Amino acid sequence: MFSFAVGSALSIASILLVVIVLAAMLIWVERRLLSFWQERLGPNRVGWFGIMQVVADMIKIFTKEDWVPPFADRLTFVLAPAIIMIVVLMSFAVIPFTPEVGVIDSNIGVLFVLAMASLGAYSVMLGGLSSNNKYALLGSLRAAAQMVSYEVFMGISLLGVVVLAGSFNLREIVETQADGWYIAPQCIGFLIFLIAGVAESHRLPFDIPEAEQEICAGYHTEYSGMKFGMFFVGEYLGLVLISSLITVLFFGGWLGPAFLPPIVWFSLKAGIFIAFFILMRAALPRPRYDQLMSYGWLFLLPLSLLNLLVTGAVVLGTM
Amino acid sequence: MFRLIKDTLLSQAVTLWGVFRKLFVKADTVQYPDEQPYMFPRWRGRIILSRDPDGEERCVACNLCAVACPVDCIALQKAETEDGRWYPEFFRINFSRCIMCGFCEEACPTNAIQLTPDFEMAEYVRQDMVWEKEDLLIDGVGKYHDYNFYRVAGKQVAGKDKGEALNEAEPVDVRSLLP
Repeated sequence: MFSFAVGSALSIASILLVVIVLAAMLIWVERRLLSFWQERLGPNRVGWFGIMQVVADMIKIFTKEDWVPPFADRLTFVLAPAIIMIVVLMSFAVIPFTPEVGVIDSNIGVLFVLAMASLGAYSVMLGGLSSNNKYALLGSLRAAAQMVSYEVFMGISLLGVVVLAGSFNLREIVETQADGWYIAPQCIGFLIFLIAGVAESHRLPFDIPEAEQEICAGYHTEYSGMKFGMFFVGEYLGLVLISSLITVLFFGGWLGPAFLPPIVWFSLKAGIFIAFFILMRAALPRPRYDQLMSYGWLFLLPLSLLNLLVTGAVVLGTM
Repeated sequence: MFRLIKDTLLSQAVTLWGVFRKLFVKADTVQYPDEQPYMFPRWRGRIILSRDPDGEERCVACNLCAVACPVDCIALQKAETEDGRWYPEFFRINFSRCIMCGFCEEACPTNAIQLTPDFEMAEYVRQDMVWEKEDLLIDGVGKYHDYNFYRVAGKQVAGKDKGEALNEAEPVDVRSLLP
């Protein structure tokens, strides 16, 4: 029981702990990296290099009044931020971190992740609707449309990898990459998945549901205290999830030269993508809402279908 | 097709690379209480009253600074010494009103009131923002090292009669017809 194996208590507990702490730490990492890219210093006062900033933020956010606006739909309002945390944390169940560390070895891992990502849309929609606020409503409308449309080709872009690996099991997908990462044959699928992943975790440049300059904070306009904190940490959890998924699906997961242990390879690869997501936030402007939709439906969807067709043809031809 | 790729991928990649390079650029931030920023000599900060090279107060209580002040933060009262020199009996600047515009410095005919590069003048008690003459007066000459008003002006004081100032002509006898 107290050894690392897939599904052992130690494995589950450490994944849960590391992932949540990491998501909270990302608040500081993001602020610090953003400031470096903007020629600033960022939070560097609390603790070593400002690393305890997270603790200070947490103290602040926990001691805030837990306020529900009187005009909100109370039950849904309270439920919405919990959904995103639960859903994203459940997605981590199927991620194979190393040969030993993981929660379950599901045969439908890819589908499970996609299903959980779809459920994540409920959190944003319910949060916006129950707030009874115009900005929140606009934000959740945008979120619903964006997440539904980007999920379509998020799934399709993954199918190329599934076709090559011949399995929906994420662990098997990693193992089949021993003789070559899928980034090479699936570079178009990777690009589409990257873009869809940004849209799915509604990070900049696709943070249209919470576009501060246009609609306050979008769907979490009315949220404060720890309920806001859950949306916030949920977003960073989504960021970690998407980075881990990219690592697993396209960059060979824990695979790498043997001089470093598998977990280090995994964290290194995922960390690079987390940093890349933050770089995107620092560099890229937000597209207009209709541009985002037409870009998705008219360009990315046909491209991902084409990618799937060509991959399928090649696999059939070489079989 | 080429244009689409150029617009969607290439320009984004160029932007990403451009921002990424900033990682290796030194930050512009000056960490103020630890590091002092360089303050320029002409910075308009805390107001002082300077003295002339002889160590006398330069202020002649002409009230021009108080008139020029757009927020009326200067209050003073004229007094006169026995040898005929004017000086302020009190001179009061309310720094909670002062906007550091420097008009008083421009208006001052004797270079007495000057603005300095010091800006650290926060107080906990609002009343402490009102500075009296003894707080404002410094021992030095400020920005003008040689200027002495009573030596160049035509004003008559003890020890200096009319026409004895630097660059001053003898007074004209207006009743005389001689050229």
